[in-house]
Amino acid sequence: MDHLTFIAASYAVSFLALALLVLWLVLDNRAQRRALDDLEARGVRRRAAAANDAAARGASPAASPLPAPKREARP
Amino acid sequence: MGILDLANPIRFLSLSARLLPWLAGLTALTLAVGLALAFRAPADYQQGETVKIMYIHVPFAWLAMFGYTMMAASSLGILVWRHPLADVAHKAAAPIGATFAALCLITGSLWGRPMWGTYWVWDARLTSMLVLLLLYLGLMALRSAIEDPNRAGRAAAILTLVGFINVPIVKFSVDWWNTLHQPASVFRMGGPTIEASLLWPLLICAFGFTLLFVTLHMLGMRTEILRRRVQALEARAAAEAMA
Repeated sequence: MDHLTFIAASYAVSFLALALLVLWLVLDNRAQRRALDDLEARGVRRRAAAANDAAARGASPAASPLPAPKREARP
Repeated sequence: MGILDLANPIRFLSLSARLLPWLAGLTALTLAVGLALAFRAPADYQQGETVKIMYIHVPFAWLAMFGYTMMAASSLGILVWRHPLADVAHKAAAPIGATFAALCLITGSLWGRPMWGTYWVWDARLTSMLVLLLLYLGLMALRSAIEDPNRAGRAAAILTLVGFINVPIVKFSVDWWNTLHQPASVFRMGGPTIEASLLWPLLICAFGFTLLFVTLHMLGMRTEILRRRVQALEARAAAEAMA
């Protein structure tokens, strides 16, 4: 094999591996986003989001059955 | 407001949503310029055109070490402050760092065959880089083997800090031992030994790949935050269904 083959192989393998990594990260992101949308469509919502909705409807967060926590310990 | 309050997951999601498109664009532009300059750069007087492999191999090596160093810093965040974003950053960096470490080894082997006459030698630099790849893979396996995410995060953080001893070994292996791999030629006392016409494309490529690493890491962190939200909501839905 001449040197050009080694150069081409290096760039081809790198491009392929990085393309697969990007694809995996993008598809995983979409899958999680879809799962979250599905849950929210079923009425399962984060406490903070429910409290925001209650506030938007005019109810005070304190009156909401799901008050927003001061700081989330976990995402 | 403390700095740890600024680094909460909600703020991160909001900030990263605005930054990601710009980072992705800047990454594509920098890599395009860097690789165009690399292919226009002159051949090396000893390596000939094979020096073109250096423009990707060296950034992969730097970023494999950068990724692990960042994971070690995140490990401190996990163990000392128990910060959720540190755990997310740690977990998201592992597959990206592993990819860069694997590509460093593959492109290095493809450079070694025409230059050294062999794809692999059990040289200190090559072996310590292989250990770095195995550490990345081990950390990913460890996380997936422990069901409780908090315990998995702490165990992975401890292993990361223990394994961090390998990073200076990778960097200084060429100085401490008699190796086939050439010594440092960019970050060294007395300045770089590479000719400017080869050095500048290398530095631009390195900057472009660093942007790529940061962009992918940010995307991975966003995904991990969403995954944890989904898991928390599923657990909540299950608990409500049982009640």
